Amino acid sequence: MTAPWESVIGLEVHVQLATRSKLFSGASTAFGAPPNSQACPVDLALPGALPVLNREAVRMAVTFGVAIGATINPFSVFDRKNYFYPDLPKGYQISQFERPVVGAGKLEITLQDGTRRTVRITRAHLEEDAGKSLHEKFAGKTGIDLNRAGTPLLEIVSEPDLRSAAEAAAYFKKLHALVRYLRICDGNLSEGSMRCDANVSIRRAGVESLGERTEIKNLNSFRFLERAINVEINRQIGRLEAGEVIFRETLLYDSDRDETRPMRSKELSDDYRYFPEPDLLPLEFDTAFIDAARAALPELPDAKRERYIADLALPEYDANWLTEDPDVAAYFEAVMASFGNARLAANWAKVAANWVMGEVSAAVNRDQISFAAIPLRPAQLAALLARIGDATISGKIAKSLFDQLWRSDDPTLDVAAMIAAQGLEQLSDTGALESLVAAAIDENPAQVEQYRAGKEKVLGFFVGQVMKASAGKADPKQLNALLKSALAKD
Amino acid sequence: MAAHQTNLMTIHQDDIAKLCRLAQIALDDGERAATNADLDKMIQMIDVLQSIDTDGVEPLAHPLDAAQRLRADEITELVDRDRYQASAPAVQDGLYLVPRVL
Repeated sequence: MTAPWESVIGLEVHVQLATRSKLFSGASTAFGAPPNSQACPVDLALPGALPVLNREAVRMAVTFGVAIGATINPFSVFDRKNYFYPDLPKGYQISQFERPVVGAGKLEITLQDGTRRTVRITRAHLEEDAGKSLHEKFAGKTGIDLNRAGTPLLEIVSEPDLRSAAEAAAYFKKLHALVRYLRICDGNLSEGSMRCDANVSIRRAGVESLGERTEIKNLNSFRFLERAINVEINRQIGRLEAGEVIFRETLLYDSDRDETRPMRSKELSDDYRYFPEPDLLPLEFDTAFIDAARAALPELPDAKRERYIADLALPEYDANWLTEDPDVAAYFEAVMASFGNARLAANWAKVAANWVMGEVSAAVNRDQISFAAIPLRPAQLAALLARIGDATISGKIAKSLFDQLWRSDDPTLDVAAMIAAQGLEQLSDTGALESLVAAAIDENPAQVEQYRAGKEKVLGFFVGQVMKASAGKADPKQLNALLKSALAKD
Repeated sequence: MAAHQTNLMTIHQDDIAKLCRLAQIALDDGERAATNADLDKMIQMIDVLQSIDTDGVEPLAHPLDAAQRLRADEITELVDRDRYQASAPAVQDGLYLVPRVL
């Protein structure tokens, strides 16, 4: 029996660092500006222009390093990576080759079935982004926009520790969550803030040595990453089983045709003639710089998830859901903080989680906004939940108030005042409810007959009648009890 | 020890062709011969350097014995696009135009 195929995958993830200015110049990095309006002489490679390194980019790289428990190199060097392409005006990219700022570290990922795996990270280095080429716009010409040239990137290189496309996607997602928690990247995949190259090879299970690998370039969504790797694994298996060999080459994934295709000729790839960048001195910093980055680390997603499970007694599903995106976690925690003391808040955790994952998330998706831009203030949501909790309003009324608060521009709207002004208090006055129940029974003798003949489903009809008469304000629990006892009588 | 070895590497026409391709330059036969001779001299110089005992000597990252100065993350460059584009051979809609590369 031949052993089954095993895939071996390593990822190179480019994270665009969220600095205001570029890695080596004082030009803005803002997305979406008119072409070349943010390309200064350094970015344009005008003669005599010299790079000066951005301290914030270095701090962000070190922050990432300490977050993954990596070796931080207090002495690192920039190198020139040479290749020709019109969106790279210098003819080289300033990168780090032999001595990167961040050395070996690791990241734990959780798979769909709950299994945890540790992925080793080889290194992370600072480099500048290239510009953009627009091929479609002009006949016979390519348009070059150098706004992105010089934008700081952190390239994070993993060991070939991933064994499936799903694992690769889980790793990419985990990095995405981490860099957003660290506030070193906006995580906006559609704007290219995180891009990924996947190195893929296959071998028979149990074999130590690696098969020849190919590299799929420029994947920028979780879904395409997974699909491209699966397509490439199948292509390689097909070739090897047909007795053909795998060539080391660079591929592009075509999502329309769902296939990988060679990108450029093999003989030219990987010959970048790196050499030390003479325009930049070595990057050196002291331990205080590293200690400061470590001290400033926020609570990271894994720790937060464990805390939600241990201290708030949330189910693992909820804890995962709430901690994946730092803006979601921040909103949830602000709601919790509005309940006052921690012990009281813990009682509300599950209710608050349900509302954040349900109503709030649905409204966020409907309006296509981020959790950081929610119009409903956390204190308003907490007040709303508290009024359901003490039975002042029904869940149905709460949802209508939620919509009003969401749509209102007035952040000072007070939930208690709204309930009073609109007369929305739940009707739990037994006398008032009893008279509504009596009226419903008097008006519907036929349904009373049916109920008494054993058709208990008719109870729902009466609940509906009374709810309508009370404008939705009847306390459903109390109403059920009253109806049952009234209908039982002759 | 590698540091004491002499490589005695010579440059071949194949190497010249590859370097031309990587550097995207075209050389005629005369230039090729001259470049070949120049590169051979450089290699000989490197061979001399290789023969020096560097045991215990720290690799030098930069001839200036100093660390990189860092700048604050501030936008200090206001881009005068029209001025920068005045020297470009072809410009349209704010883009630099180059011969089609795809």
